[in-house]
Amino acid sequence: MATTTIDGHEVQVDEDGFMTVYEEWTEGLGRELATLIGIDELSDQHWEAINFLRFDFSEQGETPTLRRVNKVGGIPTKQLFVLFPKKPAKKMAYIAGLPKPHGCV
Amino acid sequence: MRHVLILGAGTAGTMMANKLRKALPLAEWAITVLDRDTDHVYQPGLLFLPFGLYDESDLVRPRSFFLSAGIDLRIEPVDRVVPAERHVLLEDGTVLGYDVLIVATGTRIAPEATEGLAGPGWMETAFDFYTVEGAAALRTKLDSWTGGRLVLNVVDMPIKCPVAPLEFLFLADHFFQEKGIRDQVELVYATPLDGAFTKPRASAALGDLLKKKGVLLETEFNTATVDGESGLLIGYDEREVPYDLLVTVPVNMGADYVERSGLGDELNHVEVDKFTFLADDSDNIFAIGDASNIPTSKAGSVAHFAVDVFVDNFLQHIKGQPMTGAFDGHANCFIESGHGKGMLIDFNYDVEPLPGKYPLPGVGPFSLLKETEANHWGKLMFKWTYWNMLLPGREMPLPNSMSMSGKIPAEVSS
Repeated sequence: MATTTIDGHEVQVDEDGFMTVYEEWTEGLGRELATLIGIDELSDQHWEAINFLRFDFSEQGETPTLRRVNKVGGIPTKQLFVLFPKKPAKKMAYIAGLPKPHGCV
Repeated sequence: MRHVLILGAGTAGTMMANKLRKALPLAEWAITVLDRDTDHVYQPGLLFLPFGLYDESDLVRPRSFFLSAGIDLRIEPVDRVVPAERHVLLEDGTVLGYDVLIVATGTRIAPEATEGLAGPGWMETAFDFYTVEGAAALRTKLDSWTGGRLVLNVVDMPIKCPVAPLEFLFLADHFFQEKGIRDQVELVYATPLDGAFTKPRASAALGDLLKKKGVLLETEFNTATVDGESGLLIGYDEREVPYDLLVTVPVNMGADYVERSGLGDELNHVEVDKFTFLADDSDNIFAIGDASNIPTSKAGSVAHFAVDVFVDNFLQHIKGQPMTGAFDGHANCFIESGHGKGMLIDFNYDVEPLPGKYPLPGVGPFSLLKETEANHWGKLMFKWTYWNMLLPGREMPLPNSMSMSGKIPAEVSS
């Protein structure tokens, strides 16, 4: 595991830059991580998705899949692709400071 | 008299029932297995059906044939499980009580879960090969198909036997060569993953093999809708993948009653502890095999390794003792790669597939992550092993936990 400095905070990340320690994340870091992947403004809809991811991870211990965000979180998959273009599962996890979603097995 | 009720007489449920019958005294425990139909399908063989290598009679046997004496088999669909009452309600209104419930109803394809997939063109230009009906219809189609663009699409993960789509493409490459029309066929693999497979080293090895066989990869493709009239897959990112012939692996979902019973996750797979298979918030419901949400391959080999760990745990649990066995997620999969060759992968929750020899270090006879003829014969022989050894619950000369002996760790081999 490596550490990196984001917005003046030292945090632990994996080889792809996903944060690995749940507690190290703050909303400020989330905004900073978003700009790093080209999302400059986080709307309420973005936050709804990010907050669901954080909450679900705290309950389940795993980064939720798009299907789970849709079915349990109630956010349509199509909308997730609009909010986090091209790769919503990875982008949401990255911004929410959660482990990179593994495409199952 | 206490009662174990097993829902599902497939690979996991049958092995489980037979092993438990041996372990539990007849005078103290009754075992009932419930299924909605009488046919046991040898699912690994479905892959070969479209290419005419097996036919239906190779793959289907009566479920009752594989259950030992002292096990009661009932055929009736489940309406729901009522955990608070410790009973299962059947569709015909019967109520079956249990002391311990084991959910082993697997996972099934759900084409209806993707917009348009089961609509126009279904079973005409779009087929699955995860059911006997789908695989047989695809065989008829391939018999007369003269070429075009064949797209294999995995709609979402997880799926049963995650290597099967790759095997299908390898066998298709071989099949069209034999037919003399390989140059008339474009093979495309559209997958939601970012490579050929989920685990890095296997993904690289299998990706190379796809390339060698001229299969085009469309990665991170999340299917939103299927337009069967125009022959188009449309992704959530608005990418379009045209096809002449679609071979789909639809979303895989657990049985509907799992959802009605409040036991499932978003795909109706039962949420369990990945080491003991005990369902969350329960002390007498377990789920084993593909029906559970454990993070390893949905495969018969996993069910086989899991059942042995489970039976010892079960005997402790019913005495009120803590369960000391912990399943490691062990999976072992032959990958048919065409032209009489195959690969083999062996892995668990923590260790990805590595190169080496299996099961005897340095000897094999099987080679890991490498194409060999011995691996192909291993795959073909497995059908006999499955019917005659695995289902009856006979002892297999293989360890349940994954072993690092014979494997070459990444830092040495790369």
